[in-house]
Amino acid sequence: MQPGDLSVILPEIILSLFAMAGLMVGAYGGKDKTAPMLVWTTSALMVALAAWIGLQGAGRAVAFGGMFIDDGFARFAKVTVLLSAAAILLMSEGYMQRRGLLRFEYPLLIALAAVGMMMMVSAGDLIALYMGLELQSLALYVVASLRRDSVKSTEAGLKYFVLGALSSGLLLYGASLTYGFAGTTLFSGIIEAAQGELPLGLLFGLAFISAGLAFKVSAAPFHMWTPDVYEGAPTPITAFFATAPKMAAMGLFARVVHDAFGGIVGDWQQILAFLSVASMYLGAVAAIGQTNIKRLMAYSSIAHMGFALMGLAAGTAFGVQAMLVYMAIYITMNIGTFAFIMSMEKDGAPVVTIASLSQYSRRDPLKALAMLVLLFSLAGVPPLVGFFGKYYVLLAAVDAGLGWLAVAGVIASVIGAFYYLRIVYLMYFGAEDSELDAGASPILSGFLVASAAIMVLGVVNLFGVEAVAEAAAATLVN
Amino acid sequence: METIILFSPLVGALICGFGWKLIGEKAAQYTATGFLFLACFLSWIVFLTFNGETQQIQILRWIESGSLSTDWAIRLDRLTAIMLIVITSVSALVHLYSFGYMAHDENFDDAKESYRPRFFAYLSFFTFAMLMLVTADNLVQMFFGWEGVGLASYLLIGFYFRKPSANAAAIKAFVVNRVGDFGFALGIFAIFFMVDSIRFDDIFAAAPELAEAKISFLWTEWNAIELICVLLFIGAMGKSAQFILHTWLPDAMEGPTPVSALIHAATMVTAGVFLVCRMSPLMEFAPMATNFIIIMGAVTAFFAATVGLVQNDIKRVIAYSTCSQLGYMFVAAGVGVYSVAMFHLLTHAFFKAMLFLGAGSVIHGMHHEQDMRNYGGLRHKMPYTFWAMMIGTLAITGVGIPLLYIGFPVGFAGFVSKDAIIESAFAATDPAARFAFWSLVVAALFTSFYSWRLMFMTFYGEPRGDKHTHEHAHESPMTMVAPLGVLAIGAIFAGMVWYKPFFGSEEAVDKFFGVTKSEEHAQVLMIGAAYAATETADDTHGEAKDDHDAVAAVPGQGALYRAPDNHVLHDAHYVPVWVKLSPFFAMLIGFLTAYQFYIRQPDWPGKLAENQKHLYQFLLNKWYVDEIYDFLFVKPAMWLGRFLWKKGDGNVIDGGLNGLAMGVVPFFTRLAGRAQSGYIFTYAFWMVIGIAFLITWMTLSGGAE
Repeated sequence: MQPGDLSVILPEIILSLFAMAGLMVGAYGGKDKTAPMLVWTTSALMVALAAWIGLQGAGRAVAFGGMFIDDGFARFAKVTVLLSAAAILLMSEGYMQRRGLLRFEYPLLIALAAVGMMMMVSAGDLIALYMGLELQSLALYVVASLRRDSVKSTEAGLKYFVLGALSSGLLLYGASLTYGFAGTTLFSGIIEAAQGELPLGLLFGLAFISAGLAFKVSAAPFHMWTPDVYEGAPTPITAFFATAPKMAAMGLFARVVHDAFGGIVGDWQQILAFLSVASMYLGAVAAIGQTNIKRLMAYSSIAHMGFALMGLAAGTAFGVQAMLVYMAIYITMNIGTFAFIMSMEKDGAPVVTIASLSQYSRRDPLKALAMLVLLFSLAGVPPLVGFFGKYYVLLAAVDAGLGWLAVAGVIASVIGAFYYLRIVYLMYFGAEDSELDAGASPILSGFLVASAAIMVLGVVNLFGVEAVAEAAAATLVN
Repeated sequence: METIILFSPLVGALICGFGWKLIGEKAAQYTATGFLFLACFLSWIVFLTFNGETQQIQILRWIESGSLSTDWAIRLDRLTAIMLIVITSVSALVHLYSFGYMAHDENFDDAKESYRPRFFAYLSFFTFAMLMLVTADNLVQMFFGWEGVGLASYLLIGFYFRKPSANAAAIKAFVVNRVGDFGFALGIFAIFFMVDSIRFDDIFAAAPELAEAKISFLWTEWNAIELICVLLFIGAMGKSAQFILHTWLPDAMEGPTPVSALIHAATMVTAGVFLVCRMSPLMEFAPMATNFIIIMGAVTAFFAATVGLVQNDIKRVIAYSTCSQLGYMFVAAGVGVYSVAMFHLLTHAFFKAMLFLGAGSVIHGMHHEQDMRNYGGLRHKMPYTFWAMMIGTLAITGVGIPLLYIGFPVGFAGFVSKDAIIESAFAATDPAARFAFWSLVVAALFTSFYSWRLMFMTFYGEPRGDKHTHEHAHESPMTMVAPLGVLAIGAIFAGMVWYKPFFGSEEAVDKFFGVTKSEEHAQVLMIGAAYAATETADDTHGEAKDDHDAVAAVPGQGALYRAPDNHVLHDAHYVPVWVKLSPFFAMLIGFLTAYQFYIRQPDWPGKLAENQKHLYQFLLNKWYVDEIYDFLFVKPAMWLGRFLWKKGDGNVIDGGLNGLAMGVVPFFTRLAGRAQSGYIFTYAFWMVIGIAFLITWMTLSGGAE
């Protein structure tokens, strides 16, 4: 270890130290009374870190002998992760408070998960990868079952934990195979070994690692945990699951396939294309039968991961750029959508049935309109921003010669449009009157409206995300 | 001033159509009519003060696309001026007439529905489109007006939208006109293809070159100008209801009678004639095409007259009469006396509009009874209408004093103009001219017969049909009778007053239409090989002609163009006496036969129909043209449509998509739902399946690039 190494991982260190200090404050201070304060400080710190990382500018730094890489790609992913985590934290405060769920551990667990995610996207070694992944996962297992007195929440946490352990096993098996055949755990070493004709062991290693990562991004057929966990976990936790970890896992996926297996694009391209098609179709088809909006969003996120994987499957710098843009848009949309879902209440109790949205536009026209914009954007209807996300990944796939994949994606998005539009239909033309309460906390409304506004205004230049993503992708794929 | 004429009907239509809720129904009607009378008044000023020189008034730039550049401009020459007065006069009178005619209508619920502003708005809109057509400076602008009148015609034929027959007639008119319009459009394309411009000036200037050029169309090499003229004439055939494309006109009588008078007698149907006259600089270079026009015109004149003999619906008789008279006009245009075609167009507009309005008055008085077999003895009940119809009949049958010439022939309008056509047909040298001459003479006989038949059946004899209706038959109100009076003046005097400028002599006609001739132009044209004919033109037509050979008009200079070797107008004045008398005797024979059949021996028609059953049925069924079309086009089209609709759209597309959306997708949804059992081992199982699949695949594809 060299002294410079610590400065490279300074943001991670700060966040970790803060989490530990917060734990002390919570445990010895006012217990849960300190929770609101901790939520706000955690969010503030995350935003500050995001700003710091984001403004660091270009440059690439490697620490711990190549185990930790800080480059443009990592920074892009970290900023997205931190900002979305901060946003979810802010949104959840009121919701958790009212239901007595606002424990002081909650913001600190989120902070630790964020550290894990930052570790993941910067990993330059299989060990570092696993460490980040497990740090993130362990924090997530706990927050999933945060509502200890609820059967569903506990069940969700347990399911997630067991299946997560299985996926970790698959990943570790793949990692050991890779180590065995490549002789090193460093990505920079693996990429030298993995060129041309591969020994079957290395291919198996690739397949197992891919399976483990596919579980994290909830790509079919490794998605089965997603609907149950989304449904069971408290809504803010679901919102968190749907945003930051997805970005981190997708970033990790991109890093592994490009940094470690960049020499055999043709091989992992097949795996990713398969995962992409399976996810898009499963997400589109299975969502149609849902009556619970959280389960619906679970399938929605599965389908969206399919599209993001399509960009990755292209195997080009433009594909990575498309994936990053897609993820940024996806996360923005999901923050808005979950802000809406969190505000769905009847007499103060949360409601999650889709049918309850019937005629919601009469109850609260502004929120209904914002939701309409978001749903159209999720469905990929032009000229909203969601359309451009899909457009870029399709373009990347076509450019990479995966025309069939692009066609399959378009058909899947047509099928998927159905369930988004059904919600719009219910909100505006439903048969029964909505019984939901009108109004919501200003924070939720603010996030909802801001997110919808971005979907509309972003069509001008996507707020410059495109150029940033391009630069980030260029550092990963040479 | 021309701009005001052009746009005041549009303003009237817009105010009346969209603003009647604000200003009230009555006010809307007055507004539309007021604007029309304004346009009419200004048109007469333009016509009477017009000096014959072509003017162009640009309104705005319209289309700029590649080498296609089009202005929206008014081209004002004598042709336009004539059409202006015809259109605005008849339209203004029809507006006025409609106050009375549309006062009550059993097809609408007076209390609840406001149909009158709609009717007036359509009428005004039609007038605007028609003005657009005749003032056009280029073919595309003309096509705009052409389609505009088609739309207005469609809307007005189907005005009684609750009557299935009216809707069917409207669709028929629209579809049949599409056939013609397709020809017209192809003609425009061909012209643009050859000349690279659609402005009249450019086209006319290019006419001599076009006569030399070749064009490939339908895998055959054609002479460019012949093809263009035939295509344009096909457009004219559709709009002017010439044989083959005539079937829509009789059915169009489903519209309210003022509409029939305005659109289907006086103005829109003459657009085809106008088009041919407008294109005279091209037509003069296309002998085959003009021969075709003569044949079609003659056949139509004859065919429509025969069918008119046996029809019983008063409006249908007049409709076939219109069809027949349009045939006359085309013959005149075909043999090269465009001024005479315009002459007949003008006089015909007066007396045919009057006949229609008179018929409308009868129908109005008889409570919307249209079958002549239920009329009879109405002359005492409706004296004004009777006299108007009488004047119209005298005009259309061509009553006058033959061979008397006091600076002009003496006779009703139709007498002067129709005789001019028949004489021109005789004098013409075209191969089909002699055939046309005899067709027209026989048609004149038939015209006389059916017109008098109409008069006798309607106004003479004993009342037939429903007694109650006859008891309540009444004269129409002033708003309906007054227009008849105005038109009567035109029907009596129009022929005599305008004989000279339309048919008097070549000089008079050239002066009237602003055709200037000069040695210079002749020299220029002489150089062109196309003008070799000028040299060989025979000089046997008297001294007045001699200097004509040396001077020639330039195509596009003035409203009309007459080729240097075209002396039909001149020769028509020197036809044998028996030719000049023939239409008069044809008229007389027709009249006497009708008198015999319907006044003296009213049982004869029935007997004749018995005896000549097949001929009668043949005529009554309009030569079975509709039936043939039904078999050839309508049935197969319906079959194809039904096939594509039921099988193609219903089964394949709807079935496929619905099957996919409502069968296949939900099936997979259920499957996915079932897989999501909630049991952790199922989930783990699926993950293992997934990894097994990936491993197998990787093994099989074996690191292939």
